[in-house]
Amino acid sequence: MSIEALPAGEAARADGPVLQVDDLSVTFTRRGEAPTRAVDGVSFAVDAGETVGLVGESGCGKSVTSLAVMGLLPRRGVRVGGSVRFGGVELVGAPDRTLRDLRGADMAMVFQDPLSSLNPVVPIGTQVTEVLLEHRDVSRGEAADEATRLLDRVGIPDPGRRLKEYPHQLSGGMRQRALIAMALACSPRLLIADEPTTALDVTIQAQILELLRELVVDTGTALVMITHDLGVVAGLCDRVHVMYAGRIIESADRHDLFARPRHPYTGGLLASVPRLDGARGAPLTPIRGSARDTIPWAEGCAFAPRCDHAQDDCLTEVSGSTVPLEHDGPARELRCRHPLRRPPSATGATASGAAR
Amino acid sequence: MTAIGDVKRRRIDELAARAGQVPEGEGGVSLTRSAFRRLRRDPVAIAGAVIVVVFLLVAAFAPWLAPRDPLAQTLLSEIRPGYIPGSREGFPLGVDNLGRDVLSRLIVGSRQSLLIGVVSTLLGAVVGMAIGVLAGALGGWVDSVVMRFVDILLSIPGLLMAISISVLLGQNQYSLVIAIAVTQVPVFARLLRGSMLSQRNSDYALAARALGVRRGRIVFGHVLPNSLSPVIVQATLSLATAIIEAAALSFLGLGDPDLGRPEWGAMLANAQQFLGVRPELAIYPALCIIVVALGFTLLGESLREALDPKFRR
Amino acid sequence: MLRFVVRRLLQLIPILLGLSVLLFAWLRALPGGPAQAALGERATPEAIARYNELFGLDQPIYVQYLRFLGRAVQLDFGNSTRTGRPVTEEFLERMPGTIELTLFAMVFAIGVGIPLGYLAARRHGSWIDSTSVIGSLLGVAIPVFFLAYLLRLVFAVELGWLPGSGRQEVRIDATRVTNFYVLDGVLTGEWDAAWDAFTHLVLPGIALGTIPLAIIVRITRASVLDVVNEDYVRTANAKGLATQTVRRRHILRNALLPVSTTIGLQTGLLLSGAVLTETVFAFGGVGSAIYDAIFGRDYALLQGFVLLLAIMYVLVNLLVDISYGLLDPRVRVS
Repeated sequence: MSIEALPAGEAARADGPVLQVDDLSVTFTRRGEAPTRAVDGVSFAVDAGETVGLVGESGCGKSVTSLAVMGLLPRRGVRVGGSVRFGGVELVGAPDRTLRDLRGADMAMVFQDPLSSLNPVVPIGTQVTEVLLEHRDVSRGEAADEATRLLDRVGIPDPGRRLKEYPHQLSGGMRQRALIAMALACSPRLLIADEPTTALDVTIQAQILELLRELVVDTGTALVMITHDLGVVAGLCDRVHVMYAGRIIESADRHDLFARPRHPYTGGLLASVPRLDGARGAPLTPIRGSARDTIPWAEGCAFAPRCDHAQDDCLTEVSGSTVPLEHDGPARELRCRHPLRRPPSATGATASGAAR
Repeated sequence: MTAIGDVKRRRIDELAARAGQVPEGEGGVSLTRSAFRRLRRDPVAIAGAVIVVVFLLVAAFAPWLAPRDPLAQTLLSEIRPGYIPGSREGFPLGVDNLGRDVLSRLIVGSRQSLLIGVVSTLLGAVVGMAIGVLAGALGGWVDSVVMRFVDILLSIPGLLMAISISVLLGQNQYSLVIAIAVTQVPVFARLLRGSMLSQRNSDYALAARALGVRRGRIVFGHVLPNSLSPVIVQATLSLATAIIEAAALSFLGLGDPDLGRPEWGAMLANAQQFLGVRPELAIYPALCIIVVALGFTLLGESLREALDPKFRR
Repeated sequence: MLRFVVRRLLQLIPILLGLSVLLFAWLRALPGGPAQAALGERATPEAIARYNELFGLDQPIYVQYLRFLGRAVQLDFGNSTRTGRPVTEEFLERMPGTIELTLFAMVFAIGVGIPLGYLAARRHGSWIDSTSVIGSLLGVAIPVFFLAYLLRLVFAVELGWLPGSGRQEVRIDATRVTNFYVLDGVLTGEWDAAWDAFTHLVLPGIALGTIPLAIIVRITRASVLDVVNEDYVRTANAKGLATQTVRRRHILRNALLPVSTTIGLQTGLLLSGAVLTETVFAFGGVGSAIYDAIFGRDYALLQGFVLLLAIMYVLVNLLVDISYGLLDPRVRVS
């Protein structure tokens, strides 16, 4: 079932987006080293009830983006520029107090590794109730009752007993459910999930994704899904932003993106996933090289060294500037001078056909 | 398993378990070379190395460096109860209660102090490693028996053990060395054994076994060399402890009774009586001990940081 | 938990047996053997022969060991050759002083060390940080007895601020209940005696506590620096918890785990450090007795004290293990 059909999402859109990120940049400065820009000029918006995916390889800046939105980057050695507006409140440069009041209550986050993200020496129950006690005017008893309800809601059996247990006593899936329960404790308007299923078994992954999807539908929470897994995107996201080397390179609605990828990098990502409907024995076409083989954006297109479609004007010596992110049809944006014309599966089939 | 000092043992074993891990992103470069490269950039390591090298040089060339005979008694006419002459021309650090030149005694004393520290640590490390290799390589009941014995040794506080052994062997420099060496044995044994166990179960050792490499070759050609880094670190740190412990035994009257061999611990112990008269007599040898111990500690800590990926920051 | 403790206590038996064998062999190997050890150096050959017969030293070695063991189980280690009193009695009389001293040293080391280490980590790279790192390195490198002498010289002899020897002023006629002098003063309401005994603890306690202090500062600092970068601290911040809650519940509680092990290990080591410190301050605890025993060739007392101290050391280690189980749920279960 598709989420964009829900009227709730449409209604919320009228009030403006829950989260509006504009021209966000994050620069790491270390003493004695040249500053590195991990995120540059990233803009996107998330409406209530909408799920937005940030997709890319590790190191592309998607996690840093989410931490910057939450204000969780260390203050020392990090410069955040641009604007992050959450429900009309500017978060970049906001005082610590404001951010702490918002975090956990109105915006929450679920992390990648559930074991290391839970405090090993504090019972699960305390880790859930502490959010409630911090942000809601409740007694300890009420908080404990609410925690039981929350664990039940995220599908943890026998929640009363689990509350007294420690993280190491839970299975990986349970831990992630517990983390989700903590994030949802105060019914936040925005939930950021940073690779929530990467550390889990495949069967558990599906359960966790299903859980997240239900929650979005039920509560109208805006969800930012950070992942490198296109399967997750296909199952969950309304809108997708593909990131590469700290910048968004392609934005589109999910169906559009899968049907008609325009950026060679997006095409490459899709082509490197095995397909059931592809020809039997058709070889996968991985993207050449690794995320290390980039050039600075200032020299043109960071993906150019790995790109099959790269031409001379992808570099600044010829064109004179960074390849810009431009409007590319309805609700689409693209940062590429030589985009793909055909769907990647067709390309793959042709290539393998030609090889035979 | 065994009863005492679970936590203490676990700490030793934790150190052991991290032996030979390759720091991330540095695969391909030999571990020793990358460690050495990091050491050369580390100001702490350089400071420690400089201290250690300077003292070793002083000890090596002591007879030529010492301005006077460390045993010759001079200025005796000036020494009386309640007065010991201080610094003056020809005697930059003054003389002790028997009129012997303090600077010369410090310089010559460095030989004995460093020798006791180095020899006892080497002895302790070699014996401990032999025990550890035996237990780690053979495993089974040998391992259980040997490690139980090591646990018993670990259950006696170090200084008490050293005292007991010194008393047993009588007062001479050899008993001092042996007493300190024995206190070092259990730590090295446990460290090397734990480190070997974790290496033995590592993927490369399994791979070697799968390829049909003989056990002896795996142990001595692969497992042992890779298990050594925590031992090297421990040995450097133990040098500091050994020198301080030697001084403590001297202070307790269990040191080398041969007055012909000046030694910092004995100088310090002897100077306590004149602390009210001339505290420098105690302060100089104490400073020597502190600085040398500091040098070895700095070197040991930075070695650990360089060799142990988990300690890197 | 109870089963855990009982199992651990049972596991002590082989260790203690091994210790007794070692100490038995030690006394046997001493020049002159146990008879000389018991009777002192000036014993006549007749007296030695009589002693050997009396204690069955002419019998096979395993019989001798079993006898020794039988007496040791009843905590009978013979009499001190210097005072003529039972070794166990001497030990029980002197141990409270050493325990008081050790406790003071540990409270000092923990009370100063943890806050200092925490502060150094919070201000990583600042002058507080570098000072405590250098200080903690120096603290480990200083010979304890030298520091003790220095403190005594400066604060007791020169400045006269604090007493520099003994456990109590002679002029104070305090009632003895437990031989813990401070506790005695409190129990009997003799507050001046309690205060006086306490002031006697300060200098030796600081001298004794310096090494653990240095180590605690270093471990706390390293541990806090590690924990601050843990994912669960990020989670806690993502939950919008107050800074205080994050620090107390999520940073400190985890950072103190390795510190607690260190504290336990150091407490055990203080028992041997006490030999040096007590000697300098003529403190009259177990430590100074050991020093006296070495000089007086009082081997019976030395043997008994070493075994009793080793037992205490093993028990302290056991306590460490148990408390670690309480602090860290991951250990408790396994």
